Amino acid sequence: MALVEFRGVSYEIAGKPILLDLSLRIEAGETLVLLGRSGSGKTTALKMINGMLVPTRGQVLVDGKSTTEWDPIRLRRRMGYVIQEVGLFPHFTVRDNIGLVPKLEGWTPADIDSRVDLLLEKVGMPPSEFRTRYPRQLSGGQRQRVGVARALAADPPVLLFDEPFGALDPVTRLELQQQFLALQRDFKKTSIFVTHDVREAMHLGSNIALLDRGRLDFVAPPREFRSAVSPEARAFLACLEN
Amino acid sequence: MRSDLLEEISRLTADHLLLVVNAMVVAIAIGVPLGILLTRRPKARPWLLGFANIMQTIPSLALLGFLIPIPFIGGIGKRTAIVALVLYALLPILRNTFVGILGVEAAVCESAVAMGMTDSQLLRQVQLPLAAPTIMAGIRVATVTTIGTATIAAIIGGGGLGVFIFRGVASLDTVQILAGAVPAALIALAADGGLGWVERRLSPV
Repeated sequence: MALVEFRGVSYEIAGKPILLDLSLRIEAGETLVLLGRSGSGKTTALKMINGMLVPTRGQVLVDGKSTTEWDPIRLRRRMGYVIQEVGLFPHFTVRDNIGLVPKLEGWTPADIDSRVDLLLEKVGMPPSEFRTRYPRQLSGGQRQRVGVARALAADPPVLLFDEPFGALDPVTRLELQQQFLALQRDFKKTSIFVTHDVREAMHLGSNIALLDRGRLDFVAPPREFRSAVSPEARAFLACLEN
Repeated sequence: MRSDLLEEISRLTADHLLLVVNAMVVAIAIGVPLGILLTRRPKARPWLLGFANIMQTIPSLALLGFLIPIPFIGGIGKRTAIVALVLYALLPILRNTFVGILGVEAAVCESAVAMGMTDSQLLRQVQLPLAAPTIMAGIRVATVTTIGTATIAAIIGGGGLGVFIFRGVASLDTVQILAGAVPAALIALAADGGLGWVERRLSPV
C-alpha cells in the first residue's frame, strides 16, 4: 500500500481548474519531487496531503484512508512541513520552535530538550550556541535549518517541503540540499518536495513528477527523466544545458 | 475656600477615574473577544465594524440624549454615562484586535496550522502574543479618549471632572474650568505614558 496516494484528484477555485485528474502513488521511503512552473498546481497538490486543501473531486489517501476521514490535527502531526518563508514563531526561541509539536504531543521537557539538541546537531548548528536564540538572531540559511529540524521534531513518517530552499543564496542552497540528502539517509522519511528548479529535482528526488498546468505530465526517476520526450519535460531539461 | 476646592478636586478626580476604569473594563471585555470573533467570522465584519464606526460618529451629547430614555441602561447618572463611554471606546479596541491578529505573518500562521495546532492553540500561543502590542495600542488610544470624553458625564448627573467644567462655563469662572480640565489632562498624559510602557513591554520580539 502506498503511503500517500492521489486518486483522480481535481481541484477548482471558483470554477477555475488548478489540478486535473491527478493520480499518483508515493511509496514509503521515497523522495517524490513535484516539479512544475509557477501555477502548475504543485503547491496545491502538496497542501492536499496534510488536509490544508480538500479535493473538489477524487481523494487523497494517507495510509489508505482519505484525508477527509482523518482528524486534521492527527493527520498534520504525522507530517513535517517546511515552506520557503520558513514561518518560525518570532516570539519562540530556537528550542521552543523545534520543540513545538513534541510539546503539543505532551512530551516531557527533558525529552524535548534532548530531541532538540539531537536535531540541532543533525542540521549542523551547535545546540549550546543556538538553542536559546530567537529567529531574528539567525541568518536565512540557519532559519531554514531550524525549519527542517522543526519538521523532524516529533519523528513524523512524512515530510512536506514547499520550495524550502528557494529564497537562499546558491551556496547556502547547495549546503542545505546536501544536508537534506544526509538527513534522508539518516532518518529514511518519505518526502514530498515541491520545486520549480529542475537541478534541485534531479539532485534530491528518487522520483520526479512533472506537472503541467494542473495535469500530470510524467513520473519517473531522475535518470529516466533525462530522456523524457514531452514538450514540457524538454523545456525543463533545456534549463540543465546552460 | 482653597482647601474646599482641593478637596473637591480630589473627590471628583477619583469619581472621574471610576467612570473611566469601569468603562474601559467593560469595553475591553467586549471589544477584544469581538475583535477575535471578527477574525474567525468574515461575514460579521461589515456589520460589527459598521456598528462601531457609527457609534464613533454620533456626537457625544446626542448619544447621551438617545440613551436616557432606554430602559435598564438609560436614565440619569453614572450607568448611562458608562454605557456611552463604552460605545465610544469599542471601535479602537475592536479594530486593533482584529487588525493585530490578521497582521500576524501569514507564513507563521500557515506553519502553525500545518503542524497540527488547533484553532485555540493558534490563537493563544501564536496570534494573541504577536498581536498583543497592537491590541494594547488600541486600548491606550481608547483610554486617553475616554478620559476626555468622560467630562460630559456631568451633564446627566454622572459626576467626574466635568462637573467643574460645566459649572465654570455656566458661571464664566476660569478657575473652575481649569480645576476640571487640568486634572483630566494630567490623567490622560499619565495613562498614555503608562499604557505606552506596557505596550512596549508586551512586544514579544
